[in-house]
Amino acid sequence: MADAAAQAPTRGPLVARDRLWHPPAYAPGYKTSVTRAPSRALIAAPSTLSEETGPVFGRDMLGEMDNNLILNFTGQPAIGERIIMHGRVQDDQGRPVPGVLLEIWQANAGGRYRHKKDGYAAPLDPNFGGGGRTVTDDGGRYEFLTIRPGAYPWPNGPNDWRPMHIHVSVFGSGFGQRLITQMYFEGDPLIARCPIVNTIKDRSAIEQLVAPLDMAAAIPMDCLAYRFDITLRGRRQTFFENRPEGL
Amino acid sequence: MTKLPYLPETPSQTAGPYVHIGLTPNALGNAGIYPQDLGAAPIRDGAKGERITIRGTVTDGAGMILRDALIETWQADAQGIYPAPNDPRGRADPNVTGWARIIADFDSGVWTLETIKPGTVPHPSGDTMAPHLSAWVVARGINIGLQTRIYFEDEVAANEKCPILARIEHKDRVSTLLAKKTGKGEYWFEVKLQGEDETIFFDL
Repeated sequence: MADAAAQAPTRGPLVARDRLWHPPAYAPGYKTSVTRAPSRALIAAPSTLSEETGPVFGRDMLGEMDNNLILNFTGQPAIGERIIMHGRVQDDQGRPVPGVLLEIWQANAGGRYRHKKDGYAAPLDPNFGGGGRTVTDDGGRYEFLTIRPGAYPWPNGPNDWRPMHIHVSVFGSGFGQRLITQMYFEGDPLIARCPIVNTIKDRSAIEQLVAPLDMAAAIPMDCLAYRFDITLRGRRQTFFENRPEGL
Repeated sequence: MTKLPYLPETPSQTAGPYVHIGLTPNALGNAGIYPQDLGAAPIRDGAKGERITIRGTVTDGAGMILRDALIETWQADAQGIYPAPNDPRGRADPNVTGWARIIADFDSGVWTLETIKPGTVPHPSGDTMAPHLSAWVVARGINIGLQTRIYFEDEVAANEKCPILARIEHKDRVSTLLAKKTGKGEYWFEVKLQGEDETIFFDL
């Protein structure tokens, strides 16, 4: 049980996002962004209650198999490389963020998604749905059991392939912290070639999305493990208290 | 130079075209993982306030309607209280959950949200923000979720006093944030990602 005082605060103004760290809206190497990027500047202002509050999801809403993608579709095991994906959700000062919803989705071991718009030649796995969810514990920790997704081709450049990746959606304690990202796997040579990865300009920001192999968390004779920590937008400390907290 | 000890936020990536697998599997047709999709409705029976339906589309810079957009909305109850433990003003209407996750129809691209009209919410300055829903738009081709707000064209007096709307320098753009009234309790809100009448997006 983590010390509650050391957990991320749930009230107060949000720290402004570093928009040079995140990918820009317009990144022509990723062709779809060309017509889906706003051309006008964002309107910036300090956060309000509308961004500082957000929905809460209890662990009691979770089903027993929600974070086990190997078994949660039919109850029979999916085919592929068995892995644990685990880590911690933290704020900008490294304090754990407990009680937040994490949702993931991914292709199967052959790179095929269970989605009616995916027409890739690799077959579906009848026992793999590809979705999972969990809620972080008091220490901000989470884990999924899944199979490592395959790379797959996509119509961008004439021969573009996505690296192996797992999509990750995370909530914070405020709607303004809402984030969707993708986790990549250490050592994948497709990472450096991917136009979606390369929408991010800063190499160290890209490295933040590459999960290292975590042998200490692997289960011998059962599954490997990868570690993916997630850092949410922080909350600003109020140095001068000239107004009620949170307002 | 001393390096400050703050950790950088995990960078965003696009939700991609298959976002439904993770976030709305039942709407996609992938039943069997969860009993129901999260955020199917932001209110329950008995929610206080005016029932409204907001419909709309998301269009790209070429005028094409997106069929793969996903929108989440977050709103206060009819009294302007957020249904969240970190709203310092007390408890909201227990029949308002406030959060919804809606997807464009796979064929028409139209999305629909059935909810109640939110009340006004105080701004940090002490002024009052006009009734609005916060909206967050993700899709293939969108590298970081786009924050916007849905205001209502029939809240003229409140909109005129809203400190967030007042911040918008190009006044002719404010109308892009106003849901158009199309009938009793019915509104239309178009998100235009790029180009003529481009929707205002925020960094709040």
